[in-house]
Amino acid sequence: MTQALVNVPAKAKRGEVIEIKTLISHPMETGYRHDTNGKPIPRDIIHTFVARYNGEEVFRGDLHPAIAANPFITFFTVATESGVIELTWTQDHGDPVTQKANITVE
Amino acid sequence: MMGAGHDACSIPPPASRASGGEGGERSEPGGGLAGNQRSVISDQRPTDILITVSWPLIPVHPPPLTPPRHSLRKWGEGNPHTVRHSAFFAAAAFFIIVCCLNALAAEIPQNDRRSGTAFMTRETQAMQEDDRANPGMLAVLDGEALWNDAPPGAKSCAGCHGDASTSMKGVAARYPAFDEARGRPIDLEQRINLCRTEHQHAPPLGWETRELNALTAYVANQSRGMPITAGTDERSRPFVEAGRALFNRRQGQLDLSCAQCHDDNWGKRLAGSTIPQAHPTGYPEYRLEWQSIGSLQRRLRSCTFGVRAEPLAYGAPEQVDLELYLMWRARGMPLETPAVRP
Repeated sequence: MTQALVNVPAKAKRGEVIEIKTLISHPMETGYRHDTNGKPIPRDIIHTFVARYNGEEVFRGDLHPAIAANPFITFFTVATESGVIELTWTQDHGDPVTQKANITVE
Repeated sequence: MMGAGHDACSIPPPASRASGGEGGERSEPGGGLAGNQRSVISDQRPTDILITVSWPLIPVHPPPLTPPRHSLRKWGEGNPHTVRHSAFFAAAAFFIIVCCLNALAAEIPQNDRRSGTAFMTRETQAMQEDDRANPGMLAVLDGEALWNDAPPGAKSCAGCHGDASTSMKGVAARYPAFDEARGRPIDLEQRINLCRTEHQHAPPLGWETRELNALTAYVANQSRGMPITAGTDERSRPFVEAGRALFNRRQGQLDLSCAQCHDDNWGKRLAGSTIPQAHPTGYPEYRLEWQSIGSLQRRLRSCTFGVRAEPLAYGAPEQVDLELYLMWRARGMPLETPAVRP
């Protein structure tokens, strides 16, 4: 199943402000709901999202149960040099997920 | 066209207390003006509420619905009720005119038709237009994986149909389509499940499962931008008509037909939401309210719940007739799958 749609511009000019969009497939189960038998449905959310540009952290976000399913996270950064943008999110269940995208700065 | 409720159009409003819904009788045993207003609202289409403007002009004890013969004979002969009666007949005439206008206003003219996208905020429109922000695309990508994934001991969808971008182009635009073997139209979900059971010998996918919605979204996405052609062939015609009858049939505790909102009051607000025109141009679609992708049948069931009627079962022939009629209404409009709706 698709985990995420990541959109990083393949090319950018040095010093240009670029937008990075991430659409993550995730149920974002709040932990406040009950199933039909009255049993609580355990919380299952992405609680941390971190973006690193050539290893340097450029964006970080904490997510909470009020965030809807399939969160869309977008942020801006300055294109400094060619390299890798690494997006990592950590969830209640399962391993952290990392997606990488290359960017060429001219 | 207008259903049983509109027979009431030929008689003036107070009749609805005498002949109208039992609910009105039970809840307003005392009658009086409040009772009249209530029955006007419950028995007429929403636009007829206009009539309530003229009702308060009439005394608290309005004349009987059909004035007795003797009162007609006395009319204009110095009867002290003459003024009251002429007001009553003016209201009745006005009411009949309103009814006639409604009868004419029934279906949305071709040039006034709009996709649900037109009623959304700019932000939601932007979300739909950008494939990297449209959460429905997650389902489309899942569908692509399923398309190429073979069930045990069988070919994958791609094994027979090949590249969906060519083989499935335009397919969703003509669904629900007439099926020769069944002698009636079936929708895209049913077609996918028939392919699974008959050709892949795999169990059918459940309604509203992630898999079925994903495959349907993937197939429908191949026709994005193409004009809808469903229901335009001769064999589908009776089923379009059956769907139209269902669309115009009052149902549920609220005694409303689909047409009363989507034909007569589109563009206005129902609580906080804009009423769209019921053109299913983007199914399966991602509803922010659902936080997931869902089928047109799911949407129809929500509306049925909304008027407090018993929803039709998934896959019921009536559901498919209604789907077919709605797609036929939207004929010529471009398919948008996966649409985003609020």
